[in-house]
Amino acid sequence: MPVGDVTPEIVLILGAAVTLVFALAAPRRLQWAGAVLALLTIAAATGATARLLGDAPALTFFGTWALDGAALWGKLVVLLAAAACVGLSPEWFRTDPRHGDYYVLLLLATLGAALMAGAADTMQLVAGVLLSSVTGYVLAAFHRRSALSVEAGMKFFLIGGFTNALLLYGVVLLFGLTGSTLYEATQAELGRGADPVALVAATGLVAVGLAFKLGAVPAHAWMPDVAQGAPAPSAAFLTVVPKVAALIAFARILSVLPPDVVGWRPLAAVLAAATMTLGNLAALWQSDLRRLLGWSSVSQSGYALMAVVAVGRSPLALPALLFFLAAYALANLAAFGVVTELRGRTELDAYAGLARRRPALAAALIISFLSLVGIPPLAGFTGKLALFGAAIAAGYAWLAALAIANTVVSLFYYLRVLGPVYFDTAPDPVPVLGRWASVPTLAAATGVVVAGLAAEPALAAFSRALLLP
Amino acid sequence: MLTAAIFVPLAGAVALAVGRGWRETTARVFAIAVTAVPLALMVAAWLRFDTGGTALFQLVEEAAWIPTLGVGYRVGVDGIALPLAAVTALVFIASVAYPVDTKDRPRQYYAWLLFLECVSLGLFLALDLLLFYVFFDLSLVGMYFLIGEWGHGQARAAALKFFLFTFAGSLTMLLAILALYLATDPLTFDMATIIRQQPLAGEGARAGLVLLGLVVGLGVKTPLVPVHTWLPPAHVDAPAPASAILAGVLLKMGTYGLIRLPFAMMRETFQRYAGVLAVVAVVSILYGALVALGQANLKRRIAYTSVNHMGYTVLGVAAAGALLSGEEAARGFAIAGATVEMVAHGLITGALFLICGSFWQRGHEYDLDAYGGLASEAPSLTGATVVAAFASLGLPGLAGFVAEFQIFVGAFAVYPVLAGLALLGVLVTAALFLQLLQKLFLGELPARWSGFRDLAPAEAAALAGMLAFVVIIGVYPRWLLDVIASAGALLVEAP
Repeated sequence: MPVGDVTPEIVLILGAAVTLVFALAAPRRLQWAGAVLALLTIAAATGATARLLGDAPALTFFGTWALDGAALWGKLVVLLAAAACVGLSPEWFRTDPRHGDYYVLLLLATLGAALMAGAADTMQLVAGVLLSSVTGYVLAAFHRRSALSVEAGMKFFLIGGFTNALLLYGVVLLFGLTGSTLYEATQAELGRGADPVALVAATGLVAVGLAFKLGAVPAHAWMPDVAQGAPAPSAAFLTVVPKVAALIAFARILSVLPPDVVGWRPLAAVLAAATMTLGNLAALWQSDLRRLLGWSSVSQSGYALMAVVAVGRSPLALPALLFFLAAYALANLAAFGVVTELRGRTELDAYAGLARRRPALAAALIISFLSLVGIPPLAGFTGKLALFGAAIAAGYAWLAALAIANTVVSLFYYLRVLGPVYFDTAPDPVPVLGRWASVPTLAAATGVVVAGLAAEPALAAFSRALLLP
Repeated sequence: MLTAAIFVPLAGAVALAVGRGWRETTARVFAIAVTAVPLALMVAAWLRFDTGGTALFQLVEEAAWIPTLGVGYRVGVDGIALPLAAVTALVFIASVAYPVDTKDRPRQYYAWLLFLECVSLGLFLALDLLLFYVFFDLSLVGMYFLIGEWGHGQARAAALKFFLFTFAGSLTMLLAILALYLATDPLTFDMATIIRQQPLAGEGARAGLVLLGLVVGLGVKTPLVPVHTWLPPAHVDAPAPASAILAGVLLKMGTYGLIRLPFAMMRETFQRYAGVLAVVAVVSILYGALVALGQANLKRRIAYTSVNHMGYTVLGVAAAGALLSGEEAARGFAIAGATVEMVAHGLITGALFLICGSFWQRGHEYDLDAYGGLASEAPSLTGATVVAAFASLGLPGLAGFVAEFQIFVGAFAVYPVLAGLALLGVLVTAALFLQLLQKLFLGELPARWSGFRDLAPAEAAALAGMLAFVVIIGVYPRWLLDVIASAGALLVEAP
C-alpha cells in the first residue's frame, strides 16, 4: 500500500499521540509546551502535504482517497489555520492548569478536516465528519465552568448528532443505490440510471449533513453560539477549519451525482442564497461582536457555496472556491485573533476607540473586516471576484446579483463595528492577552493584504488543481 | 512616470500613518510637499502628450499582475484622462494646503488625503478594468473615514450613507464588468482590447442589462437623479477639503467612467439607449437646479448645483454617443464640452466648497440668511466667491461657459428639445448664485459678524491656484481643447 500518500495524516496522528502523552505527564507549569509539540506536528504535516503537490493527481488506497489539487490545497489551508489557532491558545489558557489536552483535540480535529478534504469514499467522508464533529464538541465546551461555553458545546452537539445521523442515512441510501461506497464506482453506477426519488433523498440528506459542518442553512444554528461562547481560539478554529474541508468535500460528492437526474446545482444555489441572506440579516443588529462574527461566518459559507454551484460548469469554480476559502480563513482568523488578544471581549461597545489605544490591533480588525466585505485589493475581494465570475459563467447570474445585494447589507454591520473602532475615543486603557497571541493575528492580517496584492501565484496554482473523480 | 504619480502619495500616506510624534505643521508641510510631486509629474505628462497621436492611449506603462484572470497593471492617458488627472493633482494640493482643524489627529488626516489622491489618480490613469474598479472602491474607503472622523454635524451617518450607497453602485458595476469580461476572448480586463473587441455588440437584451449595470453604478457616483440622495448629507457634513475632493474629483469618476466604460466599450448598445440617458440627465439638470434654489443652507445649495452640473456632463456624453456615425462635428463638441465641464466643475466647485469651509471655520454656520454685508469686511473672500459663482453659472470668459456652450452646441444638433429644456437649468443656476452672492455679501452686516476675518494667506493661495485656471481656461481654452480633441475624435468616429 502507498503509505507515503497519507504521510500528513499519519504525522497528525502520531503528533497527537505524543502530545497526549506529554500532556498527561507534564507538570502544570509546562502544559503550554503542548503548543510547541502541536506546532511541530503541523509543520511536519504541512511539509508532507506540500511534497505531495508535485505528484500527479490520482485516487489512491483502492480509490478511497483523493490526492488532487483540491484536497491538498484544502489541507494546506486547514493546517495553516490550525497552526494559527494553536498560536492563539497558550496565553488564552494560561489559567487552565490542564490545558495540554487542548492541543491534542486541535490536532485530531485538524485530522478530521484533512480526512473530509481528501475523502473519495462515502465511509471515509463519514469518518472525517465524525472525527471533526466529536472533537469539535469538546473544543467548544472546553471552559467547563463557563455556562456560555457549555451551552455552545451542547447546542453544537445536539445539532451535530442529529445531522451526522442524517448524513449516515444519506450515505447508506447511496450505497443501496449503487452497491459501492467509492465515488468513482458510484459515479459510474449512477451514470447507468438510478431511482430518482431515492437519489434525491440521498442528496438531500448528505447536503444537510455537510451543511452542519460548513455552517450553512439548515444546520447553521450552532455557529453564532459557538462563536460567542466557545473559548476564543476554539471559535476561531471551528468557524474556519471544518468549513474549509466541508466545502471541498461537498463539491466533491456533488460532482459525483448526475446533474440531470438530481438537480444538485439548483439545490446548492438555493442553499447558497438562503445561507448568505440569513447570515447577513441575522448579523445586522447584533450587539455582541462574537455573535456578529458567527453570523458573518454563516453568510460567508453562502458565498462559498456559489463556487460549489458552478463546479463542473466553469473552469473558474475550483480556483474561486480555494482562493475564497483561503482568504476567508485569513480574515476570520485575524478577526478572532483580535478578539482573543483583547481577552475575548464581546460587547460591541467595548471595541470603541480601539484605534487610539491599540492601533495595530485596530488595523488588523479593519483589514480583516474590509476583506470579509470584499474591498479591493484585499484577498477577500479577489476571492469574491472569482466567485461572482464563476457563478455568472455557470449561468447563475441571479445568484451573483443576490450575493452583491448581500455584500452591501454586510457592509452595514461591519461598519457598525469599524465606525466606533476608528472614530470614538476609549475612556479606559485596553488590556491585552500577551505578545504571542498577537503574532498569528498580525500575520493573518498581513496575509490578507499580501494574498490580495500578490494573488497570482495562488490563483495560478489553484487553476491547475483538479477535483477528482 | 504615471506610476510614480500614483504611488508617491501612497508612500507619503504610509509614512504619515506609521510615523510617530509628528507635529501638526510637520505633517502639513510634508503632505503639501508630497502632493507637489504628482502635480509636477502631470505637468511633465502634459508636455510629453502628443495631441496629434493616433494611438488610443499614450504614455502607457504595463506590468503583469494576475495574468491567470487577465488582470494587468496598466496605466496610461488619453485626451480625456490627462486633463482629469491633472485637475485631480491640482485639487488635491489645494485641499491639502487648505487649513482645517485636524482634531488632534493630523497624521491620520493627511494620510487619508494622500491615500485618496493615490486612488483618484490611479482611477483616471488606469487602463485595466479591474484596476479601475479597485481604485473606484478604495475611494469610498478613504472618503468614509475622512467624513466620519473630521466631518461635523451628523458626520458618521452621512459617511455611512455615502459608503453604502456608492458601494451598492460600485458592486452593480462590478457585476456588469464581469459580464463584459466573460464575453471577451481571450478573457481579459485590458481596456484597450475590450474597446477594440466591443464584446457584447449585437447581444440585445443581455448587453442592455450590462449597460444598465454600468450606468447605474456610475450614475450613483455621478450622481444622477434619482440615486443622488447620498450626496447632500455627505457634502454638508464633510470637512471642507473632503467636500472639495468629493465634488472636484470623486464625482468625476462617475462621468469619466461613463465615457471610458459604456460609451467606449459598448458603442452600439450605448447608442441604442443614449436617449434614455439624455432624459435622465435633463431631469438631473432641472431637479438639481430647482432644489438648489430652494436651499437656505450654503453648502447644501452648492451640493445640489453639483447634481445640476454633472447633469450637463452626462447630457454631453449622451449626445456624443447618440449616433454611431454622422454629426461628427457636433458630437465632438458634446464630448469635448462634457470633458471641459468635468475639469471646470472640479475647479469651480472645489473652490466653492473650500469657501464654504472658510465660512464654517469663522461662524460655524451655513445658513445663508444668517450672513449679509460681508463684502466690506472680507473683500478677498468676496472676490473669490464672486469669481467662482460667476464661473459656475456660466459667465462667458470663465471656464464654465466654455464647457456648457460646447455641450449645448452638441446637444442641440442631436436632441434639440432636451437641450432646450436643459437650458432652463442655466437660468435657474444663474438666479440661485446671484441670490447667494446677494445674501452673503450685500445688504446690512449683522452685528455678530463685525470683525469677520478675511481669507488667511494659506486659504487665499489655495483658492487662487484653482481660480486662476478657471480664468485661464475661460479666456484661452485652446491648450486644453486640443488635448481633449485628440481623444474626442477617436470616440465619435464610426466604430
